[in-house]
Amino acid sequence: MEIVVRLAKKYKNKFFFTRQIKWNSVILPFALLVIWQVIIFLGLVKPILLPSPQQVMKVAMEMIVSGELIRHLSVSLIRVLEGFSLAAILAVSLGVVLGMSAVVFQLANGTIQLLRPIPPIAWLPLAILWFGIEEGSKVFIIIVGAFFPIFTNVLDGIRQTESKYVELVKVLEISRWRIITKVVIPGALPFIFAGLRTGLGYAWMCVVAAELSAGMTGIGYMLTDARAMIQTDRVLVGMLAIGAIGKLMDMMLQLIEKKVIKGKEFYTGK
Amino acid sequence: MNDENYVSIQQLSKSYQIKNRLVVALKNICLCVAKHEFVSIIGTSGCGKSTLLRIVCGLDTDYSGKVIVNGNIVVGAGLNCGMVFQEHRLLPWLTVAENITFALHDKTKTEKVRLVEQYLDLVGLQGVEGFYPKQLSGGMAQRVAIARSLVNKPNLLLLDEPLGALDALTRLKMQQILLRIWEKEKTTMLMVTHDIDEAIYLGNRVVLLSESPGTIKKEFLIPKGIDRSDTAFVKMRDEIYHEF
Repeated sequence: MEIVVRLAKKYKNKFFFTRQIKWNSVILPFALLVIWQVIIFLGLVKPILLPSPQQVMKVAMEMIVSGELIRHLSVSLIRVLEGFSLAAILAVSLGVVLGMSAVVFQLANGTIQLLRPIPPIAWLPLAILWFGIEEGSKVFIIIVGAFFPIFTNVLDGIRQTESKYVELVKVLEISRWRIITKVVIPGALPFIFAGLRTGLGYAWMCVVAAELSAGMTGIGYMLTDARAMIQTDRVLVGMLAIGAIGKLMDMMLQLIEKKVIKGKEFYTGK
Repeated sequence: MNDENYVSIQQLSKSYQIKNRLVVALKNICLCVAKHEFVSIIGTSGCGKSTLLRIVCGLDTDYSGKVIVNGNIVVGAGLNCGMVFQEHRLLPWLTVAENITFALHDKTKTEKVRLVEQYLDLVGLQGVEGFYPKQLSGGMAQRVAIARSLVNKPNLLLLDEPLGALDALTRLKMQQILLRIWEKEKTTMLMVTHDIDEAIYLGNRVVLLSESPGTIKKEFLIPKGIDRSDTAFVKMRDEIYHEF
């Protein structure tokens, strides 16, 4: 028991959810809620187009209790986790290989940049044919969507390696592997994390887009299903749920970023 | 090769092009440095003294002439020749200890710990192993950089205005530290500076470079054990100053 107390004390304020909420950051959501409520109160919009906050809240509670929301959300979440982590591994390793070798860069970069402008969702017909209508195609679309922002940022980050460190590693005869792990990647980490955060956003966009278009599972499917039945409140619950879980995952990435990037102070504005 | 010509620079010239204009940075430099000698190279900024060091160390291989260190023609940078840059160039994401072990090759963990401690001690630092570079003052960071450049025991250490960015008091202290290291480690040192006092205080010999193109204008032999308060020191300073 004593250990638990000590651990609790040690990690108090260490996790973002136990940190005291900065009141500044709740002003805007609260204001939006008030505006929403006023619009409903004045009867400016039909409830079928925009239900009241209370209604959305009520439906949200029902959907949580019945397990419907969690079921759909977890299907999408697993797809995002699978697709995003595969994309991250692929993009970081390819980015490092292309960034470290001028020859490989010349060989591969043109082709990769040619594929980049193709919208991920445009891959869906092909992905369904290749990997089936449920898991395979969804995960594939997420990989396509999340890959490019991560890859581009990793490459850009490596290009930012300062020449003063390049000279240093020459003088010290540092091996290529240690140049990558001790100089190039740590220096590129701010870029890599910018890419990961953008990529995670793309992953959610892609999974919802893919689920909206095809299949019978996931939060995207839940949205089309609700729209078909003109259940606007369920549509809103689904959208808010995506926003919330996306934000939560982004916060986790930021937390990891602060742990991983060492010896640097982050500028937070005035 | 003998100890008198540990570093031998023969007819070294270096020029580069800036927008169709040929700039001669160094012209016909001939300089020999004996083993365990401390040579100061002095000159106004832009006279090519940093370029000279970069060539000796192997970072710049585009030149005409010959540069021989320890009997071998310099073809590239490497461990036998250490370099201290004007800025400390510590990796900001590594701690002091990690920055020093970064320079080490194939050493066991205990050896690393011992070497870090030994070389931090040599530059007069204790208890900073776990600090990140941003937590250090300029002088402390430069001392860590010097420790890092020495940890592989290079035979030749090149110093490119190593104290240029430090305040006057820290500078004086660092000069003493450098002198102590030179005596203790028996490293051959070639230092570039724009500070006449520093050049005399540290060097066995002061080489004066003239400006565009950089050529050796004059060399001064510094008597052993000379101190700032000596009249000989002041005389030497005036002499060099007049040649500038």
